[in-house]
Amino acid sequence: MSNMLLEAKELHTYYGASHILHGIDFNIREGEGIALMGRNGMGKSTLIKSMLGIVRPKHGRVLVRGDDYTRSRTYQTAQQGIAYVPEGRGIFKSLSVRENLLMSARAGIDGRREWTFDRVMDTFPRLGERINNGGWQLSGGEQQMLTIGRALMTNPDLLILDEATEGLAPLIAMEIWRIVKEIRKTGIATVIVDKNHGAVTSICDRAMILVKGQVVFAGTSDEIRAQPELIQKHLGV
Amino acid sequence: MDFASFLIQTLNSLQYGLLLFLVASGLTLVFGIMGIINLAHGSFYMIGAYIAFVLTSATGSLMLAIALGIPLALAIGAFLEWALFSHLYKRDHLEQVLLTFGLILIFEQLRSILIGDDVHGVAIPAFLDMSIQLTEVMSYPVYRLAISAVCIVLAIALYYVIQRTRLGMMIRAGNDDRTMVEALGININMMYRVVFALGVALAALAGMLAAPISSVYPNMGSSVLIISFVVVVIGGIGSVWGALVAALIVGFADTFGKVLLPEISGMIVYLVMAVVLLWRPEGILKKA
Repeated sequence: MSNMLLEAKELHTYYGASHILHGIDFNIREGEGIALMGRNGMGKSTLIKSMLGIVRPKHGRVLVRGDDYTRSRTYQTAQQGIAYVPEGRGIFKSLSVRENLLMSARAGIDGRREWTFDRVMDTFPRLGERINNGGWQLSGGEQQMLTIGRALMTNPDLLILDEATEGLAPLIAMEIWRIVKEIRKTGIATVIVDKNHGAVTSICDRAMILVKGQVVFAGTSDEIRAQPELIQKHLGV
Repeated sequence: MDFASFLIQTLNSLQYGLLLFLVASGLTLVFGIMGIINLAHGSFYMIGAYIAFVLTSATGSLMLAIALGIPLALAIGAFLEWALFSHLYKRDHLEQVLLTFGLILIFEQLRSILIGDDVHGVAIPAFLDMSIQLTEVMSYPVYRLAISAVCIVLAIALYYVIQRTRLGMMIRAGNDDRTMVEALGININMMYRVVFALGVALAALAGMLAAPISSVYPNMGSSVLIISFVVVVIGGIGSVWGALVAALIVGFADTFGKVLLPEISGMIVYLVMAVVLLWRPEGILKKA
């Protein structure tokens, strides 16, 4: 078994008085892909944000490579090789495409620089055409490519994609899935949240379903695909 | 108005506007990036002027005073950010206003205890203490030109840092989305400290440069603070270029207002602000 990258143990998170996460356990190892599934408002984004320290869990622990990061600042957790592509993308609108990429550039935790500006350009040729455009001039698909590219510029060991293809046209979404598959092949561990169950489970090794802040299913992607009734019950609309 | 007086007023407008820019650039960055309303920002201008007075008296040279004063101001800024302002980022504006208003009182009291309440002058360095004769009766002091020149150099340097360096990219990114900057592994606390110290140093430098022409007196920061907020609002919160444009607009409006419309000169700057806000509620250059 490869080494543990990121773990959550018994996480309880609140927004004000609302109890969002009810004791969630989560873990991902080096190179693994995990599909994080569930309807809107079930706590997927909150789980991610709690692990990154963007929101503070009230109880429970967050471990990165076995060390306690529960109370760490977000940048310290991120510096452990964790890159985050948030829901809504969060590109810097006042920066050009080039600047969005350059500002985040750094070596990975073991000092490697596999993902350079040029490699990101090769992976996302469309961004190359927009290189001097302002972030605010990009289409939704281009914005998503830019946030993924920007995340890769940090040479991460773990890439977290929240709502990877939400709001994108089907062709653009397919392009994003193709790229995510390519990234998976390089050995970067990936947590993906997306509505397209078929696509995420085909890319990821394992899947997890959240309902009202609790884990109702955790298993392999094959297991979940063998149980369409599970998907229907917890994810169907 | 004849050409010579027009030229003099233009140069005065530029000099005043550029000096305001030094104060307002720090204010707008701290407001835009860290979300802090810093009422004590004018005090840094006052502190700069008093540093110039004390160190010029001690060393006999304003140049030397400025050379020592800038690192001192940077240190004061970094210390205040660490000791006080870093605790304000997650708090609401009321608490920010309470603390920073309290700081104004503390700074003024400290000034009163340490240096007293008298008005002081600071000598213009001898090599700049001359005037350029424009007509038989009108001349323009070289020192004011020197202030403008220093400010222009600093504005260019600031432009370079903000537009061309990684720190500048991070600063602009922080203005868009602080959480995302941090999620990319950037130590935003350190960035805040650098930006805050820089803002303090720029305001203090403005005070040091202004000391010989405005003299050094109690509460000299408060009028600068108010006008700097006007500049920040006109320029668009967080936009350094907006602050530059707005500071020049305010400089010209104020200077020419006093000459051309002396009856309402006290209002002109605020009228300009009202008109700009009706035209562009976000300020002139919000997208920058």
